Amino acid sequence: MSTLIGRRLILAVVTLFIVSLIVFMGVEALPGDTATAYLGQSATPESLASLREEFGLNAPVHQRYLDWLGGVVKGDLGESMSKRKPVADLIGNRFRNTLVLATAAALIGIPLAIVLGVIAGLTRDKWPDVFVSTTSIMGMTLPGFVTATILIYFFAIRLEWFPAITLVPSDVPVLELLPNIVLPIITLTLIMVAHILRLVRTNMIDVLTSDYIQMAKLKGVPYWSMVFKHALPNAMLPTINVVALTLAWLLGGVAIIETVFNYPGIGQLMITGITDRDFALVQGIAIILAVIYIALNLIADVLSMILNPKLRTARGH
Amino acid sequence: MSDCLVDVNDLTIGYYTQRKKLVHVLMGVNLQIKPGETLGLVGESGCGKSTLGQAMMGYLRSGSQVLGGSVFFGEHNVFSLNSKQLESIRGRQIALIPQNAGDSLTPTLRVGKQILEAIELNANLSGSEAKDRMIELLGQVRLPHPEVMGERYPHELSGGQQQRAVIAMALAAEPEMLILDEPTTGLDVTTQAHILNLLRDIVSEMGTAMMYISHDLGVIARVSDRVALMYAGEIIEDTDVVEMFRMPAHPYARGLLESIPRLSLSGIPNSMPGQPPIPGTEPGCSFAPRCKFTSDICISEQPELEAIQGTEHHVRCHNWEQVLATDFSQELEQVFRTISRAAHDESAIELSEVAITYYRPGITDRFRSESEPPATVSDITLSVKRGETLALVGESGSGKTTIVRTLAGLLPAKDGTIKFEDFDLSVEVDKRPREICKDIQLIFQNPDASLNPRQNVAEILDQPLKLYFPKMNRDERRDRQIELLERVRLDGRYRLRYPGQMSGGEKQRVAIARAFAADPEVVLCDEVTSALDVSVQAAVLDLLADLQQERHTTYIFIAHDLAVVKAIADRVAVLYQGRLCELGTVDEIYSPPFHPYTETLLGAILVPDPDHEPQLLASDTPELAPPATGCSFQRRCPYTLGEICEQEIPPWQKTASRGDHSIRCHISIEELKRMYKDKELIRLDHNEHLENEPQIVHANSNVSISSPEADDR
Repeated sequence: MSTLIGRRLILAVVTLFIVSLIVFMGVEALPGDTATAYLGQSATPESLASLREEFGLNAPVHQRYLDWLGGVVKGDLGESMSKRKPVADLIGNRFRNTLVLATAAALIGIPLAIVLGVIAGLTRDKWPDVFVSTTSIMGMTLPGFVTATILIYFFAIRLEWFPAITLVPSDVPVLELLPNIVLPIITLTLIMVAHILRLVRTNMIDVLTSDYIQMAKLKGVPYWSMVFKHALPNAMLPTINVVALTLAWLLGGVAIIETVFNYPGIGQLMITGITDRDFALVQGIAIILAVIYIALNLIADVLSMILNPKLRTARGH
Repeated sequence: MSDCLVDVNDLTIGYYTQRKKLVHVLMGVNLQIKPGETLGLVGESGCGKSTLGQAMMGYLRSGSQVLGGSVFFGEHNVFSLNSKQLESIRGRQIALIPQNAGDSLTPTLRVGKQILEAIELNANLSGSEAKDRMIELLGQVRLPHPEVMGERYPHELSGGQQQRAVIAMALAAEPEMLILDEPTTGLDVTTQAHILNLLRDIVSEMGTAMMYISHDLGVIARVSDRVALMYAGEIIEDTDVVEMFRMPAHPYARGLLESIPRLSLSGIPNSMPGQPPIPGTEPGCSFAPRCKFTSDICISEQPELEAIQGTEHHVRCHNWEQVLATDFSQELEQVFRTISRAAHDESAIELSEVAITYYRPGITDRFRSESEPPATVSDITLSVKRGETLALVGESGSGKTTIVRTLAGLLPAKDGTIKFEDFDLSVEVDKRPREICKDIQLIFQNPDASLNPRQNVAEILDQPLKLYFPKMNRDERRDRQIELLERVRLDGRYRLRYPGQMSGGEKQRVAIARAFAADPEVVLCDEVTSALDVSVQAAVLDLLADLQQERHTTYIFIAHDLAVVKAIADRVAVLYQGRLCELGTVDEIYSPPFHPYTETLLGAILVPDPDHEPQLLASDTPELAPPATGCSFQRRCPYTLGEICEQEIPPWQKTASRGDHSIRCHISIEELKRMYKDKELIRLDHNEHLENEPQIVHANSNVSISSPEADDR
């Protein structure tokens, strides 16, 4: 199994390299460059030239790519032109904020989805299942910004329980951030619960009709013991990858939700970066997102291998 | 009826379809089982056997309901118990051994843990006591290295080992009654014979009652004291095992017994036309539409299950007296139809020194110095004559399917040549010219899986026609489809049916028609009858024989059922671990001298005759890979000579100066002949002694027991 993990790690590095190339080339292909974007209307040929000189934009593409890649490997994501600060510094606090929001949403949303999915699977086609399934589908179909707006209307404007939008700067201590994340968490949970729930429900139903569950029942295993020992572990296995994708989605900063709530996270930063044509910033965030997705998928694969005896004990391959 | 352990009284079970239509599964079933008795429950698929077995444990499939009657287990009416009470009976007093052990073990739990769970729930033991009992149980079902086996996950055991583990689980609390639902279906003959012996031993030791559900009459004859025959949700005959096999009184019982290929009779058995109706849809006797004794009363009035002249022989038939008027053994001999053999002298396919391997070195493997594992199939030299049927026999893992896959072009040969009409078949199908592809067609084991469920029969048959006969226009193809369907004895109207609308036998006929649509020279039949009921199997065998006579088609026929092989084949090749052991005509293979492996296989066959007893020669320990040197059968051979068998590949020996019968063994032909004669004498002397103690000769007990999966890739 260790060779398999090793192989996956090498593959992950290769993937990252390709992603970095695509990101760099993609951003490079956009019309205009940072200098024109930065100077805007006030651009004169001289000022453009001097700015390009300053940021090394005149060097050939492969040179700039290698420089940038070298920096990335060392943890230096370059300099943001619009903010005149190192990209790493800009991302730092924003990423922390997204991390706080994502962790909180994941801690509430994922267990909730699993529990509801199991309940729905066990009570297939009876009222708890119908209720849970319909509600979750509604939560998923409503666009995030609509849910967010409704929530703001009731909880922020009518009841005044939570702030409508975040007004604190991005570098406040985590504790001051907390009141601001309640409404975003509810919104994110509503969006993500349905995916995981539907999958857990389907797997649970599949497993419950399997021969080994019938065998467990006919062996005299009590109901809940049957559910937790025989059914749940098997129903959960295929869920791991979807959970990982959901986590990656959360950690990537859900731009729309962050924008609606004016939450100082990485998603919002990315939007700013794009509107400002701040190429270094966009490239930096894209690379971080790629690392998150690849790492979480790798973890999910390894985890499902460890938890699935069939994969764990397989030789070769 | 206080002396009964299980008393099923007028039990009717059914379910409602989505359109609120009632469908019966069981119709007024009456059945009693006494303590310590073994009842065999037989019938074709879909007649309600499993439903009855599960109902005895108070279990109904979701959606099903009891419409009438009762099931008493001891003094409990199982359908009036609450779930707590049911849990306390299940596993403790009545336990199930299911059909597919592999699917019935929870994949994420270790085998030992699952048995431990049964012990803790039902036998009131805990901690180290329970653990000791678990090891004891695993030993009792004769699993090698019980401590190691307990630590394994279900998928790490072979099919036979999984079945043993499930038996151990059922025996945890020493229940009074075991329900066995086809527990050996899908296992090799040798493994099956071993498991049945084990069950018989355990049952006679502990006095457990058993209800043994099976469609295999050979198995039923071996294990049962009494046999109940089911048809369309009803019990139609219930009697002592000897009566059932010697003097069956129901026309269906006779039809079923007559449709089994037998080792003692040559030729193809009789087939029974038609298929069982949905229970409760016939106004009279449910078998009337298929019965040759049908009279007016059969169509208008349902027969009752009545005792024959005050004996314990019960039958549900208006005309049983008429049925019993003919002696069954005479009737049996008359129904077998011998087929005239029409093999040409020229070869259709010639294999010489063919080796096939699944081993594909990966990128990293090339840098390692590990040597390549022995090829899955190796050193196959044989020729198949035009118009003959060559059967490949052997246990699972013997390379039968591998060879057929290579002939079909799904897998390239590693070494050797396969000559077919001046063309070398050792390459894959995409490197073969179209005419060669047309001439070699394949029929698969399971028509459910080999027919596309979204295509109707016309579309299925159209594909080979379009591919191989591009000049045919639509009308010609349509006519050809109808002609093909008629040749497989289906009505032309079947063109518009989808696979889901046909029975198993009809689907297999469509699959046969598809193979013959290409007008092939050679047809490869991979276990084509093993997914079918016996009554249908006979019809398919008959059809294949007829088609061969008409067209002089060459068949390469794979089957694990040696009686089927005897019925249809001209010549037989016995394979073990991808190596040939014996080659000869049917008569030569089925009579001495035998290769030790052939003798093992033939000894393990279960015959539908309650007096027959299988001879267990070699152990049934599965092997994962062929040995690197020497004879392929060395590790399980009961007569191994030691070093020479381990080191040197045995030579081919001809058994007679004329003919092609050859055996590949280090033991000389004279010695093999003599050994067999001696054993016959011992067999006659010690018949009773052997009954309880099968003579298992372990050639080499430290055979590897690691994961059976390894060999599959």
